[in-house]
Amino acid sequence: MIIDTPTSPITSGLPLFFVITVTAIKQGYEDWLRHKADNSVNQCPVHEVQHGKVVRKQSRKIRVGDVMLIKENETFPCDLILLSSSRDDGTCFVTTASLDGESSHKTYYAVQDTKAYTTEEEVDSIKAVIECEQPQPDLYKFVGRVNIYMDNEPVARPLGSENLLLRGATLKNTAYIYAVAIYTGMETKMALNYQTKTQKRSAVEKSMNAYLVVYLCILIGKAFINTVLKYVWQADPNQDEPWYNNRTDAEKERHIVIRAFTDFLAYMVLFNYIIPVSMYVTVEMQKFLGSYFIMWDDDMYDKELGESAVVNTSDLNEELGQVEYVFTDKTGTLTENNMEFIECCVDGHVYVPQAICNGQVMPGSDTMDMIDSSPGPRARVTEELFFRALCLCHTVQVKEEETVDGIKHGLHSGRPSSFYISSSPDEVALVEGMKRLGYTYLRLKDSHMEILNREDQVERFELLEVLTFDSVRRRMSVIVRASTGEVYLFCKGADSSIFPRVVSGKVEEVKDRVEHNAVEGLRTLCVAYRALTPEQYEETYKLLNEARLALHDRDRRLAEAYDQIETQLVLLGATAVEDRLQEEAADTVESLHQAGMKVWVLTGDKMETAAATCYASKLFRRGTRVLELTTKRTEEQSLHDALFDLSRTVLRPHRDPSGLGLDPDPVSGLSGECSDFGLIIDGATLSAVLQPGQEASSAGDYKEIFLEICRNCSAVLCCRMAPLQKAQIVKLIKASKEHPITLAIGDGANDVSMILEAHVGIGIMGKEGRQAARNSDYAIPKFKHLKKMLLVHGHYYYIRISELVQYFFYKNVCFIFPQFLYQFFCGFSQQPLYDTAYLTLYNISFTSLPILLYSLMEQHINIDILRKDPTLYRDISKNCLLRWPIFIYWTLLGVYDAMVMFFGAYFLFDNTTFTSNGQMFGNWTFGTLVFTVLVFTVTFKLVLDTHYWTWINHFVIWGSLIFFVVFSLLWGGIIWPFLNYQRMYYVFMQMLSSGPAWLSIILLITAGLLPDVLKKVICRALWPTTTERIQVPRPQPGPATPAFIQRHHQGCVPNLVVSLYV
Amino acid sequence: MMASSYNAKEEDGHITVSGPGTLKSKKPDNTAFKQQRLPAWQPILTAGTVLPAFFVIGLLFIPIGIGLYVTSNNIKEFEIDYTGTEPSSPCYNCSVNFSWNSSRPCSCSLPFTLEQPFESNVFVYYGLSNFYQNHRRYVKSRDDSQLNGNVDSLKSPSKECEPYAHSDDKPIAPCGAIANSMFNDTLELFFMDPNGTRIQIPLTKRGIAWWTDKHVKFRNPGGDNPNLTSVFQGTSKPVNWHRPVSELDSDPENNGFVNEDFIVWMRTAALPTFRKLYRIVQKKSHLVPTLPSGNYTLEVVYNYPVRSFDGRKRMILSTISWMGGKNPFLGLAYITVGAVCFLLGVVLLVIHHKYGSRNNSADIPN
Repeated sequence: MIIDTPTSPITSGLPLFFVITVTAIKQGYEDWLRHKADNSVNQCPVHEVQHGKVVRKQSRKIRVGDVMLIKENETFPCDLILLSSSRDDGTCFVTTASLDGESSHKTYYAVQDTKAYTTEEEVDSIKAVIECEQPQPDLYKFVGRVNIYMDNEPVARPLGSENLLLRGATLKNTAYIYAVAIYTGMETKMALNYQTKTQKRSAVEKSMNAYLVVYLCILIGKAFINTVLKYVWQADPNQDEPWYNNRTDAEKERHIVIRAFTDFLAYMVLFNYIIPVSMYVTVEMQKFLGSYFIMWDDDMYDKELGESAVVNTSDLNEELGQVEYVFTDKTGTLTENNMEFIECCVDGHVYVPQAICNGQVMPGSDTMDMIDSSPGPRARVTEELFFRALCLCHTVQVKEEETVDGIKHGLHSGRPSSFYISSSPDEVALVEGMKRLGYTYLRLKDSHMEILNREDQVERFELLEVLTFDSVRRRMSVIVRASTGEVYLFCKGADSSIFPRVVSGKVEEVKDRVEHNAVEGLRTLCVAYRALTPEQYEETYKLLNEARLALHDRDRRLAEAYDQIETQLVLLGATAVEDRLQEEAADTVESLHQAGMKVWVLTGDKMETAAATCYASKLFRRGTRVLELTTKRTEEQSLHDALFDLSRTVLRPHRDPSGLGLDPDPVSGLSGECSDFGLIIDGATLSAVLQPGQEASSAGDYKEIFLEICRNCSAVLCCRMAPLQKAQIVKLIKASKEHPITLAIGDGANDVSMILEAHVGIGIMGKEGRQAARNSDYAIPKFKHLKKMLLVHGHYYYIRISELVQYFFYKNVCFIFPQFLYQFFCGFSQQPLYDTAYLTLYNISFTSLPILLYSLMEQHINIDILRKDPTLYRDISKNCLLRWPIFIYWTLLGVYDAMVMFFGAYFLFDNTTFTSNGQMFGNWTFGTLVFTVLVFTVTFKLVLDTHYWTWINHFVIWGSLIFFVVFSLLWGGIIWPFLNYQRMYYVFMQMLSSGPAWLSIILLITAGLLPDVLKKVICRALWPTTTERIQVPRPQPGPATPAFIQRHHQGCVPNLVVSLYV
Repeated sequence: MMASSYNAKEEDGHITVSGPGTLKSKKPDNTAFKQQRLPAWQPILTAGTVLPAFFVIGLLFIPIGIGLYVTSNNIKEFEIDYTGTEPSSPCYNCSVNFSWNSSRPCSCSLPFTLEQPFESNVFVYYGLSNFYQNHRRYVKSRDDSQLNGNVDSLKSPSKECEPYAHSDDKPIAPCGAIANSMFNDTLELFFMDPNGTRIQIPLTKRGIAWWTDKHVKFRNPGGDNPNLTSVFQGTSKPVNWHRPVSELDSDPENNGFVNEDFIVWMRTAALPTFRKLYRIVQKKSHLVPTLPSGNYTLEVVYNYPVRSFDGRKRMILSTISWMGGKNPFLGLAYITVGAVCFLLGVVLLVIHHKYGSRNNSADIPN
């Protein structure tokens, strides 16, 4: 069956072909890059030990069990078990910067029994069997066992993550190592960690698709109506087939149903332009090109880091303008994560190092200042023990070289030749602080830690065990043997995890100081010790070794062992480290509040510290009424009661508008609520709230009540959160009934889950590595850049893309509706109104560039005003420019314009001539007239909407109109030899030679634009939005005061100021 | 989408390529374009700025409209329907007895009176109603390269011409439905002198088609060969035609494909009710009107059937101004749009004065 198309296949196919080509080129380019990258990985040469010789081969040919030789600065091609290294102690240093961004050098250990095999021949002689667990994605967990056959006697040794070298990590500071491949290819831990990022879609895209469905319905509806009308009209055979217009025999023979169906399809072809195929290309180009403005933004460049913003996903640009909830991490995001040792407290005596200047120690400042009276001799012992404890109880490494690649800590110690490197900035701060107090940690050499004490003597401690830090225990310990032979266990950790294990020491004084410091917003750590008798140490050793050897449940058993060992501690003192707020953090949070966003802080930190940070960053204000939902409270009250109490408190103002007075603090009204509530909740309570309770009825209720409370709080602080809980919270809010747009911002690996969960994930290129930045949609150097990102870029992109979408639908309605109307005048015969070339090029060239440029350049308000006045952000909240009424307005405008164009031309052509020589015009002139009016009207509509006319806009808008005219002249000026019809020959020129045609073009354009101009002007005059008020240049440039202050309702409840922490 | 796919790879730690997401030059250039700070003109449409435009449009459009309307009204137009549907009509017999095969042409004459004299050139049109020249099947049923004088197309017309491409196994020239249904009534005008004599009014048949059509788009095959009969040898005349294309006119300049009546017909009309230029009555002198008022007779040789599809045939006499024929629409539309603009201008003025100041004051905090 041949469908007789009203337009040639090229006409319909060319735009589609164009779209597909552009997309294909883009995808192909990406694919090529990917292919190149794949090749470079797969063919990268590696060295394998075979029969005692080193052989080069391609990395893709590595098999499990191959023994590899890795040299310094090479990247591991697969997961390896370290057999031996060039270093005598069988260790090697590795940087995992490309894995998790931690630039510190981590130490890995060779299997004890094989570390002596340091040549190819020796390594080749090893006979061993390695048992290991199934590949699993956790980077930091690995259990395995190696059975080494020495003299045919198998010796079993445990393997842990300290033996496992991960693919992607790089060997450093070690000349070479031998290692055996255990996981290769897609079974490596890194490959298992490939996150198939779910495609995030913006709200704009969703509305776009909804509109598309509407238009599809319109298209089908139009085609259907026309088909039905055609057959009604054709019921009279003289209409159907008058003598002058017969069908061919083949057509006559066709069955009526098939004819009707082909007619329907023909209508679909004729009207298909109403579905703007080219919109998708334009939107994609706009997003892709537009994202460069974020990367180019000088204001988002950070000199310290030498980084500017990075766009990982350009799909979400406009979503930045729609954010309603901001979830932020505290450490490293709100705060700098640039730790600074502030003070320490030993038995209640406070020590403060002098001369701190931006985290750098002034030379010659190794004196200390004692606030309290000098301690007695007993205290002196404790003091020395305390300092030594801090010098020993850590995992800090000393980097000797001056150049440490990738390290931006800027830690210049007194001697520029050594750096402290650690994955935890707190530890570096502590060791640095100790240095300033006189105790310098020198190095770890042959399992001996060396300390330079205040008398410039080197003390050596043998490092026996390290009980590493984990976030569950929240403490770490070391067991050392002093040169005198005494064995000590030093433990440092969070106060809550230390105090219960303390048996003696000045607990009360230290506790007071810790609380005091926590309220100040300082990070506190407590230090304790325990002297071990040799027997105790033996016992400890055995306990640890057993746990370490376990193949199953090793982690649990280790945790149990640690738990047994870290008891009966003697409290030494506490330290306080300041994590300063990032610059302009408070200002940014305030702006976000003013912009109508709710800011939530999700942190693993303890409540007091987090709350203090929140006050400092103006998340909670003086006037904020802070509600608590913490374990402390739920111990007193059942969760149920607590929740209901809170919801009553929060909801009262709405139910009882008979306020007692006026809001004492008008600023707090900025949140949009009458009174400003803040909520503090901790992880434990949160999981209780979210837990599906035993009583099925109440579980959902809790969630709902909790959400209700949260909705009414402008700021929420969630402390003691596990990484997964962060994501849970985001998910909870995302799924709540308003489906708000969420944004998560964080810098650490623990924020990745929430960054991936939120609608928009923003990573901060912080100290805790690049993992967050890499998994995010956008990465920015500092928290303060969020302000410009959202308020300026987000706002612009939203305005731009919404206009783009609406305009595209509008211009296609204008384009196709006349064609639809024409069917009523051509016997429903699917006669196209416009010439093929016009049909093809309308969307591709005549009207495509102006809107693209608009959507890249438009600035309805100045950048500076947008930044100064965050409340403008509210004007575009809730996807307000793509709501149905606005969409319907645009569509109706399109229909109106189409009617004006079509009927204007119709009445002009109606049975008369409009040339001065009496000659008549035909149907192609009619179409060309409509089309000319169409192109000009549609372009001028954009002209009316453009608020920012750079030379580029001028060039493109006037250029595309000129192009249309030139093209039309050319298209009609020549008998094109390759065309089988010459219907456009001289049509355009003949039209231009007619005075009435000019007059009617001017008239129709004016009439078409009139209602839109009128609507704009009247709306602006009578119901101006905040944006529109700002746009009008005022005579006195007063402060851009937010207009919503006038919107305040009466009946605000007085703000009960509950200052908990101020 | 693009950038994210790079990054998925980048987690390998091996990647060296830089996608758009990972610009290597870290410090952004501080150019006005990149910082989105290009100098720009930032117009705002407010009541204040739009007001003058509205008044200007109003003041411009209304006079233009009045001018157009007056011009249109000064144009004299006379229209007579000669379809012959009513039995009283002189052409009734011709229309009823119409048969394709009748060898004898049927004639009828319609008397009419011009109340006012027609000055300057008078254009004679024929008008058809309910005739779908814009039907898709009809519009495309032609072969432009045949009409352009292409000999290959003359011998094997395009299949778009079906079912009017071949007759008696010979290619039809000109092929297609449009050519086949060419209007072939003959209209003649006679002035009935008060003294009883019938004076035939001379009608010019040149200059009715577009110059470019006659001289470029339509060409006879065989170049300048004046012997059209031999040129069109081997082709068949369109089924409904009485004469072959080579005998359309005695004037060799106006014969074959370049016959102006034919070219006029070949320009398909936009709407089902249309008129086409038939003849021109040239103005003779300044003293005598081209068509003085009085009685006239329209002599019709009735060849063209329209009753089968409820069509109508008309003869129109019209004078022409610079803006073409009689068309009050453009003038009225101009007046309307101008008046609306003017009125809106007044409304906006009121709004501007009433609310314009309010808006500004609203921004001052209380």
